[in-house]
Amino acid sequence: MIQLFINYYETVAVIIFSIGFTTMLLNRNLIKKIIGFNFMDCAIYLFLACKGYVEGRKAPIIIDGVQSMEAYINPVPSGLVLTGIVVSVSVTAFLLALTIRLYYRYHTLDIEEIIVLSKKEED
Amino acid sequence: MNLVQNFPFLSIILTLSGGVVCSVLKGSNARKYCYFVLTSVLVGSLLTMAYVLSTGESYVYMMGHFPAPWGNEIRVGVLETIMASLFSGIMLLSLMGGMHHIFEDTEDTKSNLYFTLVSLLSASLLALVYTNDLFTGYVFVEINTIASCALVMIRYRSGKALVATVRYLFMSLLGSGLFLIGITILYDITGHLLMENIAQSVSVLFQTGTYAFPLSVVVVLFSMGLAIKSACFPFHTWLPGAHGNATVSSSSILSGLVLKGYIFLLIKIFYRVIGMNIIFHERATNVLFIFGVFAMIIGSIKAIQEKDLKRMLAYSSVAQIGYIFLGIGLGTEAGIAAACLHIIVHAITKPMLFTACGGFMDVSGGSKKFSDIQGAGLRDKLSGIAFIVGAMSMIGIPFFAGFISKVYLTTAAIEYSSIKTVVALAALAISTLLNACYYIPAMLVLFTHPKTEKVHTHPRSKEMSLSLYIFIGLNFLMGCFSQPIVNAVIQGIAMFR
Amino acid sequence: MKIREDYEQVGWRKLIHWVNADLQEDYISKDHVIHDQLHLKENAAQEKNKRIDELKSSLQALAKTHGKQWYEKSYRIFSIFVAVAMIIVLLGVVSQLPSFGDPSNPANNEVSERYIESGLQETGAVNIVAGMILDYRAFDTLGESHVLFIAAVSVLILLRMDYGSDGKLRKTKGIRDEGYDRMYEPRNDLILQTVTRLLFPMIVLFGIYVILNGHISAGGGFSGGAIVGAALILYNNAFGFNKTKRFFTYNTFKWVSFASLITYALLKTYSFYTGANHLHSGIPLGEPGAILSSGLILPLNICVGCVVACTMYTFFTMFRKGGM
Repeated sequence: MIQLFINYYETVAVIIFSIGFTTMLLNRNLIKKIIGFNFMDCAIYLFLACKGYVEGRKAPIIIDGVQSMEAYINPVPSGLVLTGIVVSVSVTAFLLALTIRLYYRYHTLDIEEIIVLSKKEED
Repeated sequence: MNLVQNFPFLSIILTLSGGVVCSVLKGSNARKYCYFVLTSVLVGSLLTMAYVLSTGESYVYMMGHFPAPWGNEIRVGVLETIMASLFSGIMLLSLMGGMHHIFEDTEDTKSNLYFTLVSLLSASLLALVYTNDLFTGYVFVEINTIASCALVMIRYRSGKALVATVRYLFMSLLGSGLFLIGITILYDITGHLLMENIAQSVSVLFQTGTYAFPLSVVVVLFSMGLAIKSACFPFHTWLPGAHGNATVSSSSILSGLVLKGYIFLLIKIFYRVIGMNIIFHERATNVLFIFGVFAMIIGSIKAIQEKDLKRMLAYSSVAQIGYIFLGIGLGTEAGIAAACLHIIVHAITKPMLFTACGGFMDVSGGSKKFSDIQGAGLRDKLSGIAFIVGAMSMIGIPFFAGFISKVYLTTAAIEYSSIKTVVALAALAISTLLNACYYIPAMLVLFTHPKTEKVHTHPRSKEMSLSLYIFIGLNFLMGCFSQPIVNAVIQGIAMFR
Repeated sequence: MKIREDYEQVGWRKLIHWVNADLQEDYISKDHVIHDQLHLKENAAQEKNKRIDELKSSLQALAKTHGKQWYEKSYRIFSIFVAVAMIIVLLGVVSQLPSFGDPSNPANNEVSERYIESGLQETGAVNIVAGMILDYRAFDTLGESHVLFIAAVSVLILLRMDYGSDGKLRKTKGIRDEGYDRMYEPRNDLILQTVTRLLFPMIVLFGIYVILNGHISAGGGFSGGAIVGAALILYNNAFGFNKTKRFFTYNTFKWVSFASLITYALLKTYSFYTGANHLHSGIPLGEPGAILSSGLILPLNICVGCVVACTMYTFFTMFRKGGM
C-alpha cells in the first residue's frame, strides 16, 4: 500500500488512464471520446516518462564529456514517449477529420443518434 | 549473409516506400506500381520460405549496426514466411478482384491514395509478422489500425461507412491503448523490449514468484487488446458494419488479412514473449477458449438472421475468428497448428466470397440485399461458382480447404482429452450445422430465377476473372494437397521456441 | 452612401469598430461582392436549418420510444463501475511495481548502460535520445514517420475539396460543400498581420535551429518540424489562403513529403543493409558537438522536420474547410 505513495506518478497515471479509457468507451459525445483518447495516451506517456527517471540524475544529453550511468537517466522511455506522441497526434487528427465529416452530414455529435440516423438513410 | 536473407527486410522497406511513391502517381500508374510491389514481395517471401525450409532453422536479421538488445531486429522462420507470402498474395488477389469498384468508389484525384493505404497496410502486416521487438510491434499495430480504418472510410460518401469507420477506429484505439500499457508494465518489470530477452526475464520472474500480479495483468492486457482488434466474440460489434459497408477489396483485405495479423502477433507473444507454460498457469487460454466457442455459435446465429449478403459474410467472419481462438484456447501445439491452418484457410476463402459478392453487386444494380440479388449467380456464372466453392469450404465439405483445418481442429481437441474436448467437439458440430444453415439458403437465393429480370449489368473485368480463377484453384489445392503446408506449419511452430 | 463609405475608411472609425469588435458592420462596409455571397450563404443556411429541424424531429420521436432517461442513467452507473474496477486493478499493479526513481530498477540495465556509456562514440550524437531513436532503434522511428504520413493521407481523403485548374470548387456527388469560407478572406487584421510579420521569420528560424541541433541539444526533427508548422499556421491565419497559396499548395505537400520520406527510407535502407551484412557503412561520424557530425542523424532530422512541418500545416488547412 505504501508503494502507491512512493510510486505516486504511476498511481496518478493509471487513474487518468482508467478515466480516459472509460470516457472513450462509454461517452456518447464524439469530441469527448477524442478527449478521452488523449487522456488515455497522455497517461501512458506519464507512466513511461517516470519509468525512466532515476533519483538525482540529469537528462541524457552529454555535458562536459561525462559518460557514466550515474550521471544520466534511462534514455529508452524518453525515446518511446517521443514515438508514442507522434502516433497519438496522427490518430487524433484522423479522428477529428472523421468527426468533421460526420457533423457536416448529421449535425450532431452524439454517436448513438448518428447511428440511428445512418440506419434510416439508404445507401 | 546470403542474399535471400535480405528479402524480408527489403520487402518491408519496399512496401513502406511504395506507399509514399503511390501518393505522387496518378491513379492507374499507382495501381501498376502497387501490383509490382506486391508481386515482388510475394516472390521474395516465397524464396525466403524455400531458403528457411532448406536450412531448417530460423535466423535473426539486425536492423542496423547494433546487435540484439540495443538495436532493432527482425526474425525470420518458416511460419513467418508462410504468413508473409499468404498476406502479400491474398492482398494482390483482393485488389485485383475489386479493382473497378475502387475506381468507382473514389474520386479521380484520390484513387491513387487508396493504393498508398494498401501498400502501407501490407508493410505493417509484414512488419507485424516479422518483428522481434514489442515496441516495433506497437508502432506497426498503429499503422495497421489507421490504414485499415481508412480502407473502410474510402467510401465516405456513404453515411453508413463513415459511422462504421468511427466505431471501428474507437474500438481499435481502445485495443492499442491496452496493448501499449501492457508493453509499458512489461518493460518496467523486465527492462527489455526485445522478445527473447523479455522471455528470459519473465521465466526467471515466474520461477522466483516476484511481480506475479503485474505479470498476470500484462497477460490480460495483451490478450484483451489484441482480441478487441481481431474482433473476438464480446468485442466483435464493430466488425459487421466495417466489413459490410467497405468497398469490395477493402472487405476482402480486412476480413482475410488484417484480423489475422493481430492474431498472429498474439500467438507470437504467447509463444515468444510470455511463454506458453505461464499462459497456461494464468488460465488465459481457458478464457480465449470460451470466447471462441461463444463466437462460433453467436456469429453463426447472427449470420442466419442477416438480410444482407455482405453483412452475412461479415458475421461469418466472427464465427471463423471463433474457430481460430478455439484452437489457440486449447493451448497445445496441435491446437495452435490448427489455428494457424485455419488462419490460412480463412484467408484464402473469405476474400473469394467477398470478391464474388462484388460480382453479384455488379449484376444487381449495386445492391447487396438478398431480395435484390436473386438469380445473380446465374447472371454472373464465375462469381456463382466461386461463391459455391467458398461456401462449401466454409461449411467444411471434403476436398475443399475448410475441411482440412476442421479436421486438424477436431484431432487437436480429441488429443487434449478433458472437459474442453467435449465442449470443442460440440461447438464444432453445432457451428458446422449453423454454417450450412446460412450458406445453403444464400446459394439457393443466388441460383433461383428472379421474377423480374434486371437489365443493368456491369461487364466483369479480366482482372476479376483471373483473381477468381486463382482463388478457386488455391482452394482446391489447399483442400487436396495440404500435407506440405501442414508439415511446414508444424515445423514453423516448433521453430518458435 | 458614398460619403458614409469614405467615412468608414478613416482610421479612427476603424479603431472604434475594432474596439467594439463590431464584425457585422465591418463585413458590410468591405465589399458588395461579399454582401452578395453572404446572401447566397444565408439561403443555403436556411435550407440547412430545415434539414437540421427534420433530423431533430425524427430524433425526438425516437427518444420517446427508446426510453432515453433510463438508458442514460444506467449508462452513467455502468461507466463509473468500469472506471472504478479498472482503477482498482491497475492500482494493484502499481503497488507491486519497482519504486519510482530507484537506480536498481530492472529498467536500468545493460541496454541503457551501453546507450549512455558508448552512445557518443557509436553514433556521434551528444543527445543520447536522438542517437537512440535515429540510430540504435531507427526501425521504430521509420515506422513512426509513416504513421504521420498515413494520417495525413487519410485526412486528405476525407476532407480535401476538389479544386479544378481554374481554382473553382468541383462538386462531388453525395458531398455537400458546407465548408466553403473563403469569402471572408482576407481579414486584414492589422495587429495580427504586423505581429506576424515580426514573428514569422523568428519562429521559422527557431524551428530550423531546433531541427539542425537535434543531435547536439534537446530537440530534433519532430519538435522543430512542429514549430515550423506552427509558424506556417500563424501566417495563414494572418494573411489568408491567397498569400499562402503562392508558396504552399497541395503539390508542395505531396512532393516535399515524398522527397523526405524516400530519402529517409533510402538512407536507412543503406545503413540497415550494411549493418545486417556486417559491412562497414563508411559514413563519417565527425567530431561530437559540431553541427556536421553524427553521421546520418542530421539528414534524417532534416527529413523528419520537413515531413512534420508539412503535415501539421496540412492538418490545419484541411480542418479549415478542406482546401490548401
